[in-house]
Amino acid sequence: MKTNDLIMQTTTKVVFFIIFLFSIHIFFAGHYTPGGGFVGGLLMSSAIVLLLLAFDLKTVKEMLPINYTVVTAVGLLISLATAAGSIFFNVPFFTHVYDYFYLPLLGETSIHTAMFFDTGVYLVVVGVTMTIIQMIGGDE
Amino acid sequence: MSFIFAIFLPIIATLLIPFLFKKVSSIHTGWFVLLVPVVLVIFYGTYIPSIMNGSTYLDELPWIPSLDISFISYLDGLSLLFSLLITGIGALVVLYSIFYLDKKKEKLGNFYVYLLMFMSAMLGVVQSDHLISLYFFWELTSISSFLLIGYWYTRDRSRFGALKSMMITVFGGLMMLGGFLILGIIGETFSIRELIGQASALSGHDLFVWALVLVLLGAFTKSAQFPFYIWLPDAMEAPTPVSAYLHSATMVKAGLYLVARFTPIFALSEVWIWLVTGVGILTLFWGSFFAVKQTDLKAILAFSTVSQLGLIMSLLGIGSIAYHVTGDLVTTFTFATFAAIFHLMNHATFKGSLFMIAGIIDHETGTRDIRKLGGLLSLMPVSFTIALIGSLSMAGVPPFNGFLSKEMFLEAVLNLQHFDLYAMDSWWILFPIVAWIASVFTFVYSLYFVFYTFRGKHKPEQLPKAAHEAPIGMLVSPGILATLVVIIFFIPNFFGNAFIKPAVAAIQPLAYQVPTDVGFTIKAWHGFDSPALYMTLGVFLVGYLFYKTIPKWSAVYNTIPSKVSLNGMYDGLMRLGDSGANRFSSIYMTGSIRNYLVYMFAAIIVLLGGTMWIKDAFAIRFDNLAPIRFFEILISIILIVGTITILVTKSRLTAIIALGAVGFTVALFYIIFKAPDLALTQLVIETVSVALFLGAFYHLPKLNKHEKGKEDRGFRLTNFLIALGVGVMVTLIAISSHSQKLKLSISQYYKDTVYSEAGGGNIVNVILVDYRGFDTLFEISVLTIASLGIIGMITLRLVKKKGDRKIENK
Amino acid sequence: MEILMSILIGFLFMAAVYLILSRSLLRIIIGTGLLSHGTHLLLLTMGGLGGKAAPVLSDGVTDYADPLPQALILTAIVISFGVTAFSLVLAYRTYNELGTDNMDLMKGTEDND
Repeated sequence: MKTNDLIMQTTTKVVFFIIFLFSIHIFFAGHYTPGGGFVGGLLMSSAIVLLLLAFDLKTVKEMLPINYTVVTAVGLLISLATAAGSIFFNVPFFTHVYDYFYLPLLGETSIHTAMFFDTGVYLVVVGVTMTIIQMIGGDE
Repeated sequence: MSFIFAIFLPIIATLLIPFLFKKVSSIHTGWFVLLVPVVLVIFYGTYIPSIMNGSTYLDELPWIPSLDISFISYLDGLSLLFSLLITGIGALVVLYSIFYLDKKKEKLGNFYVYLLMFMSAMLGVVQSDHLISLYFFWELTSISSFLLIGYWYTRDRSRFGALKSMMITVFGGLMMLGGFLILGIIGETFSIRELIGQASALSGHDLFVWALVLVLLGAFTKSAQFPFYIWLPDAMEAPTPVSAYLHSATMVKAGLYLVARFTPIFALSEVWIWLVTGVGILTLFWGSFFAVKQTDLKAILAFSTVSQLGLIMSLLGIGSIAYHVTGDLVTTFTFATFAAIFHLMNHATFKGSLFMIAGIIDHETGTRDIRKLGGLLSLMPVSFTIALIGSLSMAGVPPFNGFLSKEMFLEAVLNLQHFDLYAMDSWWILFPIVAWIASVFTFVYSLYFVFYTFRGKHKPEQLPKAAHEAPIGMLVSPGILATLVVIIFFIPNFFGNAFIKPAVAAIQPLAYQVPTDVGFTIKAWHGFDSPALYMTLGVFLVGYLFYKTIPKWSAVYNTIPSKVSLNGMYDGLMRLGDSGANRFSSIYMTGSIRNYLVYMFAAIIVLLGGTMWIKDAFAIRFDNLAPIRFFEILISIILIVGTITILVTKSRLTAIIALGAVGFTVALFYIIFKAPDLALTQLVIETVSVALFLGAFYHLPKLNKHEKGKEDRGFRLTNFLIALGVGVMVTLIAISSHSQKLKLSISQYYKDTVYSEAGGGNIVNVILVDYRGFDTLFEISVLTIASLGIIGMITLRLVKKKGDRKIENK
Repeated sequence: MEILMSILIGFLFMAAVYLILSRSLLRIIIGTGLLSHGTHLLLLTMGGLGGKAAPVLSDGVTDYADPLPQALILTAIVISFGVTAFSLVLAYRTYNELGTDNMDLMKGTEDND
């Protein structure tokens, strides 16, 4: 299908990055303000969906040569590893810890193992959503 | 080595078998497997001296601590004897199987895994002190027996036999579990030792007899007692090493073990004595009578096993009379228990060797049909010698161990005359008579087995293979057993002191403190005044006459109609079960998803509505309500309009967009009700969902309602009524649940601790990743599975190809 | 508002159940979508709608909306997305293979169980 949607395509190029950055922001902000892995992941997927709408599946695959099944697997693994990590410190499965660190440029920052878990969630959501959409969109 | 570890050693060893079978295939896997029982038999052997002196050993491994269930290994005389039988016969059987099963043709991996699993299970049965772990191991023996009978699973008969044994023994196992639970509840403990301690208190309980009968059902099914014996002949489809091991020497004796082990608990009941003794003696007769009818070598042995198990069972029954008498009579009746254990050991030796010989004949001639065999004496002299020793021992002829225990059996049965309770004084005479008749038939089938096979005319034209002597390796195991048969005859009291007395002391703990107190000696000669001697001589004489005239009287068997047989009843019951279950489930399993949904929705209406009505749970309160604002009404109207649009539209595009509209409205509700996370998620997901629907649009069917106007009015009306019912129900539940808060919300805890404990500010997100992280972990797993499912559905296609379907990768 | 919401939820359930019971594949999927919306709102309503502030810690606020139903709903939203996607693909693959979207015709028969 060849359609002329130049405006759409041009806008998309910009908007994609805005949504992408917003999704990262929402993800990190999730622990203190609304947001988190689910929303972040979904926003990221919606950005890619937007790309799919503006261009076609093949072009997007060339732009982002990502195997989303692998992303899903990696995400699941990260989450599971975070949860399982605690048993090596002789505390029950899924015990999270957090602490505050001083990082250059960012200043006082809290690092929370729940964030790693949430990273896994983020990746799984992106992976699953995109796998589904690519599968359905690509099915002849 | 701890005792628990010893029990599990075989099953741990199975982990290596796939590797050994696949990678070291040049060496027969059996050689490695052989190590396990050999190690164990040595291990248990070292405890013989201390057990002889009355020590017992206890070992414990917690299994389910919260329910107070643990693996407790209790080693006393009885369990040691069984453990030695299991591992000793096990070693011989494994050795025999190395030559019996071809390493190239057979799936040795499966075979040895099942066999070792059985070994662990059986050790567990005889050593468990905890009823629940005993039950666990008990069923494990049934399962491994099922797998082993069905080892040649491509044969119909194997599968049938496996299923039959499974059905019957698992039925018994479940009954037994019921008995155990009753015992556990009325005794408030699951430990057998503790139950024995309070046996007299238990026997007064109303449910005591129920427990007794249920436990006996377990024992009778496992030990192939009348009328449950029917699975054993069909189990002969198993490879012969299995028949020798499970179905004659060990597993079928688990029932005897159970009866022996529970004697101190149940013996106080009159029912116990009558059931155990009566069923035992009936089985003894029944098995021996029908053994002569069989034409398959292994079937003869199977019926003979049934009969011998009955013999031991009846002896255990007579032995438990010792709990009802005082003075010298205690010793008189305990003698029966002594005889039972002695015969149990003897039976393992001679029957094991006979089974192995049957296997050798099958292996070397290609058939087990006694009508085709004959005259093998000159061709297989060693096999003949072993078979002769085994058979004569089984027949009760000296100088073989069977003679000793057979005479003791007759003596014990005659001792019944000294017991004058429970109407036994008027009925006791039946027991010696039946026992004597059964002994005659035992004599007949023993001779029939050995002489019809080895004597008579050789018929090489009927044999699939040219008969010749078995390889030396195959003869080792039956040879050892046959040697034991002779040795036990000459030094019976050595075995008596080492194995039998400790076991008897364990069964009769009231009478004997330590095994050395058991004052019996085994004698081959009791003097001319012994009535058992004349009974034995009578058996030889009449038995020989009957044997000589088998062809003349065997027509008797044909007069028994086959339709009313127990096997016929079993088959009928199975068919009835099959067709009944089929008919019943096809009433409601219509295959139409709509019907299932109707069931579910109807259940929602009836169950929830009914409960609400009965419990008077409906409540409505108008205080504490959130105010209704104008824009909320507006959003509600949009929601309703969107929903109605979906209901009436005929265009799928409209329906999808309306669904999207409903979703966005729901997101607005989330914003109003202070749920920013939900609103965000809902907005994005609705966007993605609509994209998804549109992406699939090309593939989707038209929005055809498949309704034919007036004809479908009833269909639509039913749907509408059910829908209305569910809707009303949900509304009522929502109102009631809001109006009455029975419990405090746990949310307060989250609100209080979210910063101090979890170090976060967004409570919803912290709940997701921290407090209820498990939910989230499983949720993303579910998502992953869904996506894999979608990949599967799209990339793998069923391609129809002339009848058969084949999966093709796209 | 809770009572109005309850009625609204009941209406959503009713429409969803009606759609699910119909014979058309697509209507069934749309029905499940509506059903999950109804369920989410039901959870929210059961927890109470009167919260003054979103369940995000901020100074000087004590009357937060109940966070627990919200967390449950969040999980449920994402799961129902997965379910919808799955059933959508299941539906159209079935339609492609069998050539019908009429549930009555799809009913398993004796020989292809």
